[in-house]
Amino acid sequence: MLLAELHFLFRRIRIRVMLAVLFLIPFLLTVAVRLSGGPASGNGPTFLDRVSHNGVFAALAGLTVTLPFFLPLTVSVVAGDTVAGEASLGTLRYLLTRPAGRLRLLSVKAVTLLVYSVLAGVVVAAGGLIGGAIFFPLGRVVTLSGTTISLGDGIWRTFLAAVIVGASLLGLAAIGLFVSTLTDVPVGAMAGTVGIAVLSAVLDAVPEVGAIHPWLLTHDWQSFPDLLRVPIVWTAIDKDLLLQLGYVAVFATAAWARFTTKDVLA
Amino acid sequence: MAVGAELAIETEGLTKTFGSVAAVDGIDLAVPTGSVFGFLGPNGSGKTTTIRILLGLISPTAGSWRLLGEAMPTADLRTLLRVGALIEGPAFYPWLSGRDNLARLDSAGPDGQARTRGARIGEALSRVGLSAAAGKKYRAYSLGMRQRLGLAAALLRPRDLLVLDEPTNGMDPQGTREIRHLVREVAGDGATVFLSSHLLSEVEQVCTHAAVMSDGKLLAQATLAELRAGGTPSLRVEVDDASRAAQLLEGLGLGDVRVVGSEVTAKLASLTPEACNRELVLAGVGVRALNMERPSLEDLFVALTGEGFDVAR
Repeated sequence: MLLAELHFLFRRIRIRVMLAVLFLIPFLLTVAVRLSGGPASGNGPTFLDRVSHNGVFAALAGLTVTLPFFLPLTVSVVAGDTVAGEASLGTLRYLLTRPAGRLRLLSVKAVTLLVYSVLAGVVVAAGGLIGGAIFFPLGRVVTLSGTTISLGDGIWRTFLAAVIVGASLLGLAAIGLFVSTLTDVPVGAMAGTVGIAVLSAVLDAVPEVGAIHPWLLTHDWQSFPDLLRVPIVWTAIDKDLLLQLGYVAVFATAAWARFTTKDVLA
Repeated sequence: MAVGAELAIETEGLTKTFGSVAAVDGIDLAVPTGSVFGFLGPNGSGKTTTIRILLGLISPTAGSWRLLGEAMPTADLRTLLRVGALIEGPAFYPWLSGRDNLARLDSAGPDGQARTRGARIGEALSRVGLSAAAGKKYRAYSLGMRQRLGLAAALLRPRDLLVLDEPTNGMDPQGTREIRHLVREVAGDGATVFLSSHLLSEVEQVCTHAAVMSDGKLLAQATLAELRAGGTPSLRVEVDDASRAAQLLEGLGLGDVRVVGSEVTAKLASLTPEACNRELVLAGVGVRALNMERPSLEDLFVALTGEGFDVAR
């Protein structure tokens, strides 16, 4: 059923378009840098000023650019659709009387969501890497610590960054899954989930509520550049992943509690 | 083991309240195994809510139920593997073809059987007459075709119980006839068919049993013959002297005596039509024609629910 569900998800036009856009954003970024010569050192989004020296950085710049908005948006769309989408089509009642089993169905939806989130991060990195390789030289990577690592190591760390970015989105995905069990209107679930991500980012920018900053969903999203230090600084990344795990535990449980007991009227 | 259970569906005091409204109000259904059971009621009478409870989509506020002899809900809902259902109309993914929709639904179950999937889907599609449109997107299906695909989904596996909620909705007369044929065929294979409908003629033509629901309550359930026998038959005579005949019949204790031209109709109480005839002839009334009329299911339905097909609430 899991394979069938993944096949079902990735053959949807909507998903393909979103992944294509995720690929194109960093790719077009490299085109733009190529045409304009790129920002001066120290200007623009993180890593962008380094792209012209080494194409690998286009992947990291792509992650930096898509993480605040576009990545969470697409994850919200997929997450909000999980249960509410089936409910609005009416297919939920047929899946449940098949019987797919409520816990089983929810678990399969959760795993596809996980696969999508990580894949989304990897697609962004791939778009940047491919664009970077086409328009700029690739070579040994100068880390944030100033030391140099091999290209292979650099690409490996970039891939790791993409996976960690994907994992950073799991807390949001779990919230989306829960919101999706609350309604039969997928657009509402998607909007609600995006709203929560935006709210978290807004609160993170308000110093008056500094006390809750460490607990905000989005607070440590931008910790992945620490992978480009020698040695790698894990503190913020570990904290981020632990926090995401906490969000997943809470909201996956809530989704389970809600979905396994709710009356399916759609 | 559940096989051979006497009742395919059995409920006890099944109740579901939404807020303060009882959508289903303490119903005791008994659907015999092997029957074609008509589940009648006006729109909004609680038929669909009952079906949703039976299939585990809604949990009842009170009461219990058994499906195919097994107390529900079972933890893994395995009983539902033997139940095919069409609930409140078909529902599929518009961007998938009919065949892909069935494959998606089939693969969502816990019992796999991917090897036989293609063959089973092909057979189900041909049973409902959709083979030619199997590759078309569901989006392009007409209402009748959608209904057929819903039926195909219910027939994807061998079933012991088929729960069909308004299966002929949106179908043309030819389609309706085909569905009737299909229902008979499935019943002929030994499956129980639970057919919810507001179309009395449909129920009269295929069902062996029927139950009538109104306002969340079960008003009657029996075999079709028993239901028909339950109402009072009426007498219709054509005579030469209608007013004299009416007088006589009233004198015999018949109720609801009416005269229309040379015809007199009355409700037969305990008297037989032949006794009435004898009295009329002995009194010198010339009888040209005499008929006894059993009440139609529709008369019964209206008498029971106190309404036609109006929305109950």
